[in-house]
Amino acid sequence: MNSIVGKAALTAWALSIYYHLFNGIRHLLWDSGRGFEVSTINKTGPLVIALAVIATTLTVLAAI
Amino acid sequence: MKKKQNSIRTPLAKAKGKGSAHEGLHHWVLQRITAIALIPLSVWFVYSVVNLLGAEYADAVTFLKNPLNALLMAFVIIAGCWHSALGLQVIIEDYITCKCFKIFALLKVKLGLFVLAAASVLSIVKIALA
Repeated sequence: MNSIVGKAALTAWALSIYYHLFNGIRHLLWDSGRGFEVSTINKTGPLVIALAVIATTLTVLAAI
Repeated sequence: MKKKQNSIRTPLAKAKGKGSAHEGLHHWVLQRITAIALIPLSVWFVYSVVNLLGAEYADAVTFLKNPLNALLMAFVIIAGCWHSALGLQVIIEDYITCKCFKIFALLKVKLGLFVLAAASVLSIVKIALA
């Protein structure tokens, strides 16, 4: 796990989990009837990806 | 005067709101409950795993010997496997059309995740109580 491949795999894993987490929160908001307008959806989609990248970066930085 | 019915479903069936399987709400609710539980748990899990990067075997054991870590890890396993089983079930039901293959895929997912969860929790208990 300390090799480059191991670190890359762990980073990809963290990114996947964070993406699923933030998109899951998006789904929970949809369940509550919020954010159904196309304009909102077009904004929250990229927002989820951005948050996933930021959270992954913070986690990786914290681990160094 | 009778109102014309547009659907073959009776008004009572419509009011009860159940489909042909007479269930589904339970599945939906459990998926949300496990999802909400996993919001804080998954952040803790990812952080803990990445934090153990480069650690020795003994460090990982020490980490799991902490009662709070052991408890949270068990929660992650149970909520995660449960959530996975429910989610994969939906995918299989929606996308696998061959009925025979569908049944075996569902069996494999459910049994596989059950075995995984049981083995993981047993390992956590063994380490935590050792």
